[in-house]
Amino acid sequence: MIAKRIKQVPPSGIREFFDLVLGMPDVISLGVGEPDFITPWRIREKAITALEEGFTSYTSNSGLFSLRRDISNNFKKKYSLSYNPDKEILITVGVSEGFDLALRAILDPRDKVIVVSPYYVAYPALVEINSGRAIYLVTKEQEGFKISPEALSKLVEQKPKAIILNYPSNPTGITYSHQELKEIWRILSRKEVIIISDETYEELTYEQKHVCFSSLDKKAKQQTILLNGFSKGQAMTGFRVGFACGNEKIISAMTKIHSYSMLCGPIISQIAACEALRAKEDIAYMRREYKRRRNFIAEELNRLGLFTIKPQGAFYCFSSLKKYKVNSLDFAKQLLFKEKIAVVPGRAFGKDFDSYIRISYANSLDNLKEAIVRIERFLKAL
Amino acid sequence: MDEILEILEVNARISLEDLQKITQKSKKELNQTIKTYEKKGIIVKYKAVINRQKIKNDSRVVALIEVKVAPQKDVGFDLIAERIYRFPEVKSCYLLSGTYDLLLILEGKDIHTVASFVSEKLSPLSQVKGTTTHFLLKKYKEDGVILVKGEKNRRLPITY
Repeated sequence: MIAKRIKQVPPSGIREFFDLVLGMPDVISLGVGEPDFITPWRIREKAITALEEGFTSYTSNSGLFSLRRDISNNFKKKYSLSYNPDKEILITVGVSEGFDLALRAILDPRDKVIVVSPYYVAYPALVEINSGRAIYLVTKEQEGFKISPEALSKLVEQKPKAIILNYPSNPTGITYSHQELKEIWRILSRKEVIIISDETYEELTYEQKHVCFSSLDKKAKQQTILLNGFSKGQAMTGFRVGFACGNEKIISAMTKIHSYSMLCGPIISQIAACEALRAKEDIAYMRREYKRRRNFIAEELNRLGLFTIKPQGAFYCFSSLKKYKVNSLDFAKQLLFKEKIAVVPGRAFGKDFDSYIRISYANSLDNLKEAIVRIERFLKAL
Repeated sequence: MDEILEILEVNARISLEDLQKITQKSKKELNQTIKTYEKKGIIVKYKAVINRQKIKNDSRVVALIEVKVAPQKDVGFDLIAERIYRFPEVKSCYLLSGTYDLLLILEGKDIHTVASFVSEKLSPLSQVKGTTTHFLLKKYKEDGVILVKGEKNRRLPITY
């Protein structure tokens, strides 16, 4: 009854673990991939007003022009990047839909796509669902979980159709400097590889300035599908608004699929997103808070012997269990049963990462402190 | 504003250890900075924000009093403000632009205490040209904290 290629996609290896967490009360969860902040009031208030004013219709397939225009202006101001709001920007239902559309628009059966691991769980699954084949670039802790130019050079010889970049990264929290991105681009620019650059966590970059991949040069812009949205930095996960920017051909193809499958993103959410582009102070406040929590938790995890590279963005620590010689699922289960702390086992992000756990610090400092006390107690008893 | 002030303004009880971890500054540096702020009068006091509405039998009343005053030569409003803010029942005193000059926040054990303060202490001052007293009925938000109904995050406990 079910299509072969869907059957072939393996179910998440930690579904069972998720169910355990869901059934357990009073857990401090460090396993959440979304902000603990509620959407800033000025954004919510705008959505309420829009509803009161009767904004309940479809929008154009590409999304509200005012939102595309504001996104375009925002990129111009921040990165001197120029995207035509008429033809080069598409509003999607979260970045997830944008990602799916990008793959659907460019992949023919068995096309190869480079997935950098540890990866966001949806990447390889959606590549397979869209009849492509994921080939993996496995990063190493000692290289800061960053793409090694040598490994990348080798993989591009396999003639991949695309590569998925994600920075700041879920699950490692690492990001790339301008110089590092230029090096990646130097390798990719020699080939006809499409770069799907998922920059969802752009707003949550702490020390350095975020660099959009498409801002590297004109050709990079032509070859890149830039994906971003309002879920993380603006704490609007439930609104489901994302966007894709790219060359006219690709955006037009993505819009074609979107217009048949989704029609358009929800109008209320799009109006709220326009307001989010103006809520700079709210965003800066949340960023400051995450940064402080990051400082706290990264130092504490390292103190406890869970080696953690200090994340430069997003709100995750990817901590090593090597010192404790235990696999990630067992560790996560025991930690949950004994101390009621939930973390995500590293194996969810790639088979090579079973000796890591992902810890989200999108949680109050009080909860993080309590979590550290419990983790310390747990580790002592191991 | 400096990060240390920003953090202390929200949570004055944070321990030096935690402050050190979240700012990545040394304890020595933090200690010195905080001492300097205290000495300079930038940090004036460490206090708790109390929601009195939750205390049973707490009958104290709070009033906001608008005061219109005549400024004096050379000293402007400062002297008359001082005459007023020195009364301990005046919890806050602000000089404002607009239709009146001083705004006082007054606390008293009951409505009569406030009324007698206004009629016996405040109004008789020769520079005071008029007062309007507003009694506070309900506090919804104080010092950035919503007092009446908190918001709950409805996140699932685990997501990618």
